[in-house]
Amino acid sequence: MLITCPYCGPRDVIEFTYQGDGNRQRPQPASQDLDAWNAYVYERLNPAGDHNEIWQHSGGCRAHLKVVRNTLTHEISSAAFARGDHKSGARHKAEGKS
Amino acid sequence: MAERQSPERQSPERQLPEHLSPLEPALHPGSHGNFEHGVDVILSETKPGSILQLAAWPGEEKQLISGIRTVTGLTLPDGAGGGSTNGVRSVFGFAPGKFTVVDEAEGLALAFADVVTPAIGTLTDLSHGRTAIRIAGPKAEWVLAKFFAIDFALPAFPLGAGRSTNHHDIFAQIQRTGADQFDIYVFRSFARSFWKALCHASEEVGYEVQ
Repeated sequence: MLITCPYCGPRDVIEFTYQGDGNRQRPQPASQDLDAWNAYVYERLNPAGDHNEIWQHSGGCRAHLKVVRNTLTHEISSAAFARGDHKSGARHKAEGKS
Repeated sequence: MAERQSPERQSPERQLPEHLSPLEPALHPGSHGNFEHGVDVILSETKPGSILQLAAWPGEEKQLISGIRTVTGLTLPDGAGGGSTNGVRSVFGFAPGKFTVVDEAEGLALAFADVVTPAIGTLTDLSHGRTAIRIAGPKAEWVLAKFFAIDFALPAFPLGAGRSTNHHDIFAQIQRTGADQFDIYVFRSFARSFWKALCHASEEVGYEVQ
């Protein structure tokens, strides 16, 4: 299985680390909504087909990637920097720059 | 005691600790392996005085690249993994917004201290944390292809370019510094093990250690 890193190009899956389901939406840290936290921690779509995932190119440029992988064929239909994602990217920028 | 107080000892470069090679017990100069029909690979330790890692905050990449040009005189080509070398100093991108800068001389971190400001990014001095190994010769691509699952052919891996990859969890940054020459930066603590593996892999083509 090859994943085409947007920085490094196509690399073997052995260089990557799976970072979990990319569909999860983390509640606000102060949230008391137990159902939302339960969904974030435990509930998964488990699709037979395309699946949004987060991978890290841990054996290369170390960037976190949004990957769409087909769970039946392992075909990777897209791989992009997770940094561009507003959900995680906005928080990252706020911390990185004062 | 008088010598310790001399002005020469107080200059910044004099205060830098001495570099010690982790390869020394395993580095045996001379020809090895199957060299009866010629030496096809030359292995050496380049021992650069400075190895720096520079990282730009998102949006500050151009500022950092401009700073690298100011300090080293090296221009970074556009594109992921781009780099350049002039034989004395080298620079290459190894991750988005991150660059490795190498100089034969010590003290490059001091030169960058005023250029890479906290508003632009960060500077990490890895001069003692990485070991630089050079592999050169007509079979350099062949030997490296046994280690790393990347394309070493010149069109895919142009002169000056850098690549981040790893071999059995030993993280490696590789820069092409010649048509058939590569500089590999590995963690100092793994360098001797990597060096021995590189020697074994070079045996079949005949190698010389310099």
